Amino acid sequence: MTDAVVQPRLGAVGWVRYAWRQLTSMRTALFLLLLLAVAAVPGSTFPQRSIDAARTAQWITDHQTAGPLLDRLGFFEVYASPWFAAIYLLLFVSLIGCVVPRTRIHWHQMRTRPPRAPRRLERLAAHRETEVDGAPDEVLDRLRATLQRRRYRVHAHDDSTLSAEKGYLKESGNLVFHLALIGVLVGVAWGHLLGWKGDVILPVGQTFANTLIRYDTFSPGPWVDPTDLDPYTIRLDAMDVEFERDDTGRGQFGMPRDFRATTTFTDGDGRAQEREIAVNHPLETGHGTVFLLGNGYAPHVTVRDGDGTVVYTDATPFLPEDDNYTSVGAVKVPGTDPALGFAGFFLPTGVIDDERGPHSVFPDTVDPQLALTAFEGTLFPDGSPRSVYTLDTEEMTPLPGGDGADQLRILLRPGQTFELPGGRGSITFDGVERFAGLSIRTDPGKTLTLGSALLALGGLVLSLVVRRRRVFVRVRPADTAGRTVVSVGGLAKDDDEGMDDEIAAVLTADEGHR
Amino acid sequence: MTDTTLAQLSNLAVYSAMAVLTLAMTAYALYLARLAPARDATVEAPERELVAAGPGADTVGSDAGTPDAGTPQAPAPPRAPAREDEPVGARKAAGVGWTLTLLGTLLVVAGVALRAAEVHRWPLGNMYEFALVGSMFTLLAYVGWALRRDLRWLGLFVVGPVLLVLGAAITVWYTDASELMPSLRSVWLAIHVTVATMSVAVFTIGAALGGLYLVQQRMEGGGGPRSFMARLPEARALERLAYAAHVVAFPMWTFTVIAGAIWARQAWGSYWNWDPKEVWSFVIWVVYAAYLHARATTGWSRSNAVWIALGGFACIIVNFAVVNVYFVGQHSYSGL
Ligand code: HEM
Repeated sequence: MTDAVVQPRLGAVGWVRYAWRQLTSMRTALFLLLLLAVAAVPGSTFPQRSIDAARTAQWITDHQTAGPLLDRLGFFEVYASPWFAAIYLLLFVSLIGCVVPRTRIHWHQMRTRPPRAPRRLERLAAHRETEVDGAPDEVLDRLRATLQRRRYRVHAHDDSTLSAEKGYLKESGNLVFHLALIGVLVGVAWGHLLGWKGDVILPVGQTFANTLIRYDTFSPGPWVDPTDLDPYTIRLDAMDVEFERDDTGRGQFGMPRDFRATTTFTDGDGRAQEREIAVNHPLETGHGTVFLLGNGYAPHVTVRDGDGTVVYTDATPFLPEDDNYTSVGAVKVPGTDPALGFAGFFLPTGVIDDERGPHSVFPDTVDPQLALTAFEGTLFPDGSPRSVYTLDTEEMTPLPGGDGADQLRILLRPGQTFELPGGRGSITFDGVERFAGLSIRTDPGKTLTLGSALLALGGLVLSLVVRRRRVFVRVRPADTAGRTVVSVGGLAKDDDEGMDDEIAAVLTADEGHR
Repeated sequence: MTDTTLAQLSNLAVYSAMAVLTLAMTAYALYLARLAPARDATVEAPERELVAAGPGADTVGSDAGTPDAGTPQAPAPPRAPAREDEPVGARKAAGVGWTLTLLGTLLVVAGVALRAAEVHRWPLGNMYEFALVGSMFTLLAYVGWALRRDLRWLGLFVVGPVLLVLGAAITVWYTDASELMPSLRSVWLAIHVTVATMSVAVFTIGAALGGLYLVQQRMEGGGGPRSFMARLPEARALERLAYAAHVVAFPMWTFTVIAGAIWARQAWGSYWNWDPKEVWSFVIWVVYAAYLHARATTGWSRSNAVWIALGGFACIIVNFAVVNVYFVGQHSYSGL
């Protein structure tokens, strides 16, 4: 009876032990490594939501059947998907289960003496025998010194042999490598939990204060308190952008050449400093780093009502849509009754043709134009905030064109004003400013990640370069008095082409005594 | 000199290099052809097979705990005949191949240097330049290694692929000199991309050796007609050489990935974005890690391990030829 109760439990323990041994075997590690490689690939072939949400949504709409299915399976968030996590977590469990016992064994081996010399040295992979001058114990002393000079750990188990071993660093390096990989994983996880990033679009002349509401987007890690941000401000004094104007290089005309933001950085204590932010030269604030990741244009627009009172005047960022900075945006004027809204394009070098509509042909402001349509009605139908770059025209009506067209089209160059029909006032394109797309990020795990990665690299190099070698020496008196027969055998871990040379070198050191 | 002249000179150097390397390749092919044993020279073959099939020397020292783990191992007779035993025609062909390879290497180096002078920067800004510099490092690695040991038999299998890459570079990937995108303007470009190309160069040699090993393995297994392969090093030695190459290349690739991450943080604000190029660099790293593992896994054959390494090389090719051109990502600098 008792047996019947106990046995299934024993079986379960046995099963667990079996599973653990399987999981921590080299074969499983190998299998999981290959699986990890395969599993990472879809993240490069399918658009990823975390990188490009719009392209992902487009892909799903374009593939009616496959899209939603793949979405449910996590193919658009591969690196956050449960199956990808399962693979690398299993891999790391396997790694710990493998490395911990090996560390114990290695620790033990480093503290024990090299083993006794085998009886027949000539059976070892490398072996040489020669006769030298001197009594056996003198010869042993000389060889001991030689081996020690070659950084072997030497031990004599009896008076006629030496056992020597070196290259413990190979295994140490290997263990450091594997353990450091855990450090990399922990660093990445730490950064994910406690890091955050936020993006800001900042036109020239404006100041950004580091508080939650000033961010256009803010994505905190799960453990971040977003109300606890460092109180600093950044004022954008100038934004310099250069584009390739040489049209001889293939495909290079109009490519960006330089982005540079000049800012005034004021820290929490009110100390102000001029700081430059450029691509590859982020601004370190102490708690977070400010990167210059984008730029574009913010046309300055002034709207007056029927009485000529200014109801809106601001630099309004328009989002670049292509390499020539054809930019879309909206001007929302809630201060009139009914509210006015303008939507359309800003074109740094504008061309309007019937086929493509308004578009820009060069990224710099050679011929800046603002092409807008106008609406009136309710700007925020249900009171909820909308994207600042698009106009929700659901509860708005387009203003009619003067020539009987049902849509008013406004085209403005800097300095021009357009009178709105029906005494609604006017809109003026005062000029254009640039804006800087700043991304502010903290990653508290990055130092640990980098340190671990470098440690892993160091361990890897040791593990691959160092050779674990054992050398055994046996001496016996030769037939001639005062001479000794030395037999040296070598044993290496893995195949080691250099073992023969190593033994030869040990003996050459004794050459003077032949 | 104006930049246009420099550009023309650089291209001239590359075209000349290709011509010279074509001749080098022919000479190396001739060398192997002349080495191929005549029909009656089969005397030593059975002996060799015995050696190869001898008790697994792989197990030597696999258990470092017991000193008696050493198994007897007959010293293998040197497989490739010493230079003096080679037919004169073969030796001459190899000499010509070697000289031409040196010349071709010099010309590729000149092509790279002139290109650098032309663009006034590190010549690693687009696919054409990667391919050119990669070819240069492959040749330099081969020449450097061949100075230390007899690698004349390998010449054909290094010069051939290099020619292929150069050909593709100058026709398909050619890009006129241009300045760099802002995100590429960084010392990390020099560090990250230089080490990457060096690493790929050594992986290329490793892949050539791995491929030769697999063929040799099959030949020694008995099948296959007798060919020049019989005069190449035996399979075990080829496998060891392939491993040696990978052991050099893998840490370099590891460094490449780390340096890339450091640079990515500076340029894009985050050290790892899973951008397609990063995905594939990671995949390559994992596959080669799997190769090193497989080689150390008891019960896994060496040839299976080498297959994994070749898989890794396939990923390198995908990473270069496919990801650069067809995948949308931040690494958009193919110049095409
Ligand atoms: C994150 C996963 C892993 C990666 C990326 C990885 C990578 C590597 C690499 C590159 C090597 C060759 C360099 C060296 O000898 O140090 C290696 C060796 C080794 N790995 Fe791993 N490994 C991983 C997980 C594991 C696991 C789970 C185990 C245990 C089952 C393991 C056991 C070993 C052993 C025993 C060696 C030494 C082989 C030899 O004697 O040469 N590794 N590993």
